Amino acid sequence: MTDTLIRGGIVLTAEGPVAGDVLIQEGRVSRVGPELGVEHSDIIEAGGSWVGPGFVDLHAHLREPGQEHKEDIASGSGAAAAGGYTAVVAMPNTEPPIDSGHLARFVVERGREVGLVDVRPAGCISSGRSGTSLAHIDEMWEAGVRMFTDDGDTVADAGLLRRAMEYTAQLGGVICQHAVDPGLAAGGHVHEGSVSSRLGMQGVPALAEQVIVARDLALVRLTGARYHAQHLSTAGGVRLIAEAKEEGLPVTAEVTPHHLAYDHEAVRDTDPVFKMMPPLASADDRAALVAGLRDGVIDAVATDHAPHAAHEKDVPFEEAPFGVTGLEWAGSVVRTVTDFDAVRFFERMSVAPARIAGLDDHGNWLAPGVPANLVVFDPDGTFTAERTRSRSQNSPHLGRSWTGVVLHTIHVGATTWSETLSPETAA
Amino acid sequence: MKHLLTIDNVSRQAITRLLDDADEFVEVLQRPIPKVPALRGKTVATLFFEASTRTRMSFEKAAKALSADTISFSPGTSSQNKGESLKDTALTIKALGVDLMVVRHEATGAPWRVASWVDLPVINGGDGAHQHPTQALLDCLTLRQHFGSLDGLRIGIIGDIRHSRVARSNVSAMTTLGAQVTLVAPPTLLPYDTTGWPVAATSDLDDALPELDVIYLLRVQAERGGASVFPSLAEYRNRYGMTSDRLHRLKPSTVVMHPGPMIRGIEIDHEVADDPRTLVLHQVANGVAVRMAALFQLLGGGSDD
Repeated sequence: MTDTLIRGGIVLTAEGPVAGDVLIQEGRVSRVGPELGVEHSDIIEAGGSWVGPGFVDLHAHLREPGQEHKEDIASGSGAAAAGGYTAVVAMPNTEPPIDSGHLARFVVERGREVGLVDVRPAGCISSGRSGTSLAHIDEMWEAGVRMFTDDGDTVADAGLLRRAMEYTAQLGGVICQHAVDPGLAAGGHVHEGSVSSRLGMQGVPALAEQVIVARDLALVRLTGARYHAQHLSTAGGVRLIAEAKEEGLPVTAEVTPHHLAYDHEAVRDTDPVFKMMPPLASADDRAALVAGLRDGVIDAVATDHAPHAAHEKDVPFEEAPFGVTGLEWAGSVVRTVTDFDAVRFFERMSVAPARIAGLDDHGNWLAPGVPANLVVFDPDGTFTAERTRSRSQNSPHLGRSWTGVVLHTIHVGATTWSETLSPETAA
Repeated sequence: MKHLLTIDNVSRQAITRLLDDADEFVEVLQRPIPKVPALRGKTVATLFFEASTRTRMSFEKAAKALSADTISFSPGTSSQNKGESLKDTALTIKALGVDLMVVRHEATGAPWRVASWVDLPVINGGDGAHQHPTQALLDCLTLRQHFGSLDGLRIGIIGDIRHSRVARSNVSAMTTLGAQVTLVAPPTLLPYDTTGWPVAATSDLDDALPELDVIYLLRVQAERGGASVFPSLAEYRNRYGMTSDRLHRLKPSTVVMHPGPMIRGIEIDHEVADDPRTLVLHQVANGVAVRMAALFQLLGGGSDD
């Protein structure tokens, strides 16, 4: 394995950002400091860009096994690497769902074969995502699963969720909830508000998120389980998490780039590229999400990258499946819509999500000895999102201009993405 | 005007021009040979993905009265049952050689999607609970004929506003033409958020009744979950139905309208439906004239806009 020197960056260390170089040897960061003139190294010129821990996504749908026409672990890993990611938590709503040890091992193995990012599956809470009986949490734990979710569906049965929490609490796993009350959200395609009323579409009330989060927090108090609120979308959801943290509950939360960037006004033209669950809510909700992420009430950005084939999305809004892609542009979207400094940016994109997912090799501030999973990110570069390495094109970010460019992604010392590579050769 | 997809944001001037044209077509339709050659050689396709007979017949009658040919599509007899996408259906029908499509679909926005695919003029024949622009035009034409103008008219739209494309279109068109619209419905059937709508809203019909010049009734749409949003049909009739008793409490000049199909005994009593102040059949007749005006404008015969 050749040495790589990243020269002239703003390096994100535990002491904060420092101007300098990063030397990578044997898949690890070996030195961090000014002007590390080393012979025989591959040299990456950072040119003043941020050099920080590679992004970690808590929430991507890689669709393998079973829905490879939308995405697979190879194409999804490629999109992730292009987005600056070095680790991705793959959602278990595949066909079949990841609800047992051997299925979880399959996902890990496929990720390792592809080798572009570490792919860690989340496991189902309920067997077959049925919502009725517990999945093989113990087997999946043995296979390295640390996050459990029926994402795409809410665990509506409080009794089942309580048992899952009791089970994971003794292991140390995290219960992740797609918090949308199925009764309140029934038939809904968009956020219930002025836009849904105009369009005559059934709305999903903001309360659909809050009633589930509030109920779940009561179960956290009872069981002591770690709890992670997925893709928060409303001001009320943010408020509940803030109160829970103040109370000292073991609670974390994520927000997607699209909920940070858009609100329900985007749905007015009924373009299915803006259809996802939970739906884009009001401008006030969006502002609360950005503020919550800034304040740390929301710990992490998570993409909810949800690929769908063109023929599935090129239909009337109400007939289209929920979900949009975004792995490649998450960092750029966050950079564009927030005013975060480098430390806060990497905390939310990498450090916190790695900690939540239990991915010790990721999300480390750069220092000698840490695994060389990192990204070179130009915070001031601009570009128009025009191409994707994902198998699917259903992203609202495509065709828009963004600030913040992923220049290089390095995974265990190897370059998995360079901005100069074409999408074809890089894949 | 390239399409007629929505009546939102259509100017008073543009609506008035359509209604003026429609008035002329009303006259055409009363001739011994109710037909003009304006669209000879043109083909109008009706794509009705949602069950509808009267609206389709009205469009077909309108097209034929302008000497256009018509072809029609309905999913019950087509490849849609075999899984063909809306896009492929639309492109296939375009390839047959058509000049304009009328699209009705249960999904909000579907006619916009079709318009984006086919590069032909598209008329929205009703999408979801969103828009039904020709219905609004025919209602406004009916009111203009009866009252001379909509300016200052007090119109109550009563019933399932939440699930009604007729209500949404009429709110826009009627207020653009100067009417004051009050929405009357049980709370579960009012839209969730009417901020910015130029209307008043109430759940008390009897309170609103004496003020109104126009009672515009909507059908109770049992298929849209009507049963679960109010306690019973009898309760609905008691509180929101246009009963004979309520008919007698209206101002003598007040008229009753309904977009059809009416359900006698629920939203409208038998006696009211047959009362001379009920304009339902005028509405139906005007529908043909209004659709002629829309087809005429979109297919090149009309003035530029």
